[in-house]
Amino acid sequence: MSTPASDNAAPSAWLLSLPALVFFAVIVIVPLIMTVVLSFHDWGEYKGIQPVFILKNWIEIWSDPYFGEMFARTFRIAILVTLITAVFGAPEAYILNRMRAPWRGIFVLVLLGPLLISIVARTLGWALLFGGNSGVVNAALMKLGVISSPIPFMFTETGVIIALAHVLMPFMVLSVWAALQRVDPQIENAAASLGAGHFTTLRRVIFPQIVPGVLSGGIIVFALSASAFATPAIIGGRRLKVAATLAYDEFLNTLNWPLGAAVATLLLVCLVVTIVGANRLIERRYAEVFR
Amino acid sequence: MTRNGPLALLYHALFVVFMLAPIVIVCIVAFTPEGYLSLPTHGLSLRWFRTIAQYPEFIRAFWVSIWLGALSSAIALSLSVPAALAIARYRFKGRDALATLFMSPLMIPPVVLGIAFLRFFSLVGLGGTFVGLVLSHVVIVFPFALRLTLASAVGMDRAIEQAAVSLGASDWTVFRRVTLPLILPGLVSGWALAFIQSFDEVTMTVFVAAPGTETLPVRMFLYIQDNIDPLVTSVSASVIALTAIALVALDRLYGLERLLAGRGINEP
Repeated sequence: MSTPASDNAAPSAWLLSLPALVFFAVIVIVPLIMTVVLSFHDWGEYKGIQPVFILKNWIEIWSDPYFGEMFARTFRIAILVTLITAVFGAPEAYILNRMRAPWRGIFVLVLLGPLLISIVARTLGWALLFGGNSGVVNAALMKLGVISSPIPFMFTETGVIIALAHVLMPFMVLSVWAALQRVDPQIENAAASLGAGHFTTLRRVIFPQIVPGVLSGGIIVFALSASAFATPAIIGGRRLKVAATLAYDEFLNTLNWPLGAAVATLLLVCLVVTIVGANRLIERRYAEVFR
Repeated sequence: MTRNGPLALLYHALFVVFMLAPIVIVCIVAFTPEGYLSLPTHGLSLRWFRTIAQYPEFIRAFWVSIWLGALSSAIALSLSVPAALAIARYRFKGRDALATLFMSPLMIPPVVLGIAFLRFFSLVGLGGTFVGLVLSHVVIVFPFALRLTLASAVGMDRAIEQAAVSLGASDWTVFRRVTLPLILPGLVSGWALAFIQSFDEVTMTVFVAAPGTETLPVRMFLYIQDNIDPLVTSVSASVIALTAIALVALDRLYGLERLLAGRGINEP
């Protein structure tokens, strides 16, 4: 539905958007700029925040290997979570798409509903499942004979990755499913009638069509897991830090706001560069699919 | 041909178990009769649900969350309606940039937003206040409100508006008597989705909330950081139950697929 652009379209459009625009300028853009500025301020335990322009915080992040290690961990977790959700979520979306009423509606509710359930409650569930050596997951795995001694899940990257993969899985299923819905269901029959086996159809016909869905879902999952806070804070504990929990510590425990602001700014820049870059790449490669 | 085979169904069953396990375990543990975390539990008891009443901080946090969600969603919605009409109806220079700006809270990590708000609010004297909390939540829920208002504004039949104009209705009358009633279902769903997003938000809110203005998820998060016991589990189970009710209602009202998958901006 498009109204032909008329000469007087712009003023009324801007007038209508004005309240939201002013709100965003004051409450989003100004604070974000202030955060970037804050990252160049000085801080001392006794003198507090000094409004000067220095590179101290940025040099500290650059030179102290602690920050490098922490950012590497953040992105390692994000990449693994993205891969896990893609590998397990895409087939599930395919299965979901082939279901019939009323099962499809029921399982859409079951699989996508958790998106709207408090992330703290979902992570608490994993903390209960993992909890110590007597945790449910370890007990079950040992009973099944998969492992002989309990795997430490709490306060480890493994635990954080599993819990994050669970928390973000619905985004991947949703994204792949959206891609699948654009596929003509008859196309599988067409492939079969031309003599393709089931596996060939999957590989040559279905797979190429869901790749854009996996990629756009992957961007969402990557961005959300790289900036995840509550899940790594609860499962990872106080020692296993990621970028978001480190920024939180600097702000609310150490009270070194400028350093925390620098960590946050760096996280934002890394994410924006990754997301915009990945989007460009995908749009160029799959222009005809996204249109 | 288009049926799922037994292997696919087995995979599906395992997947569903994985997705539901943490949620189910919270609900099971919440009913434990023991005074500590124990699995499996022997027998069911409501003692931990009754205990919640003795912790006024959880009750107060719950009401903060309710009012915060209701207010911030309403404000976000009233800001998003004119913006959605502008984006849906006009092709103008800067339209895409505007849409990107309005959807940007989805892309900015909530921890960054939280830090930005903490700094900004403490400089302008809103640090730790409920007003600051509402303003910050308007930002968080705005993309969701906009997405659904935009979807209904795009899907609306404009011939009805033109008919009203030709019958002599003023712009304001057209909006109040024709446009608004037509997009109302989208607005209600947008408000509900925004409310749930606000009710669930924890990362950004942890920075903005002060002890008197903690929301329920923030209270739960801070509590879990200290220790995990059946009390916080029963609080979580209550939250899960409330969300599940809201979810089924939303599914009936609007359709969950449409609610979550709705795009709007890039659609014609």
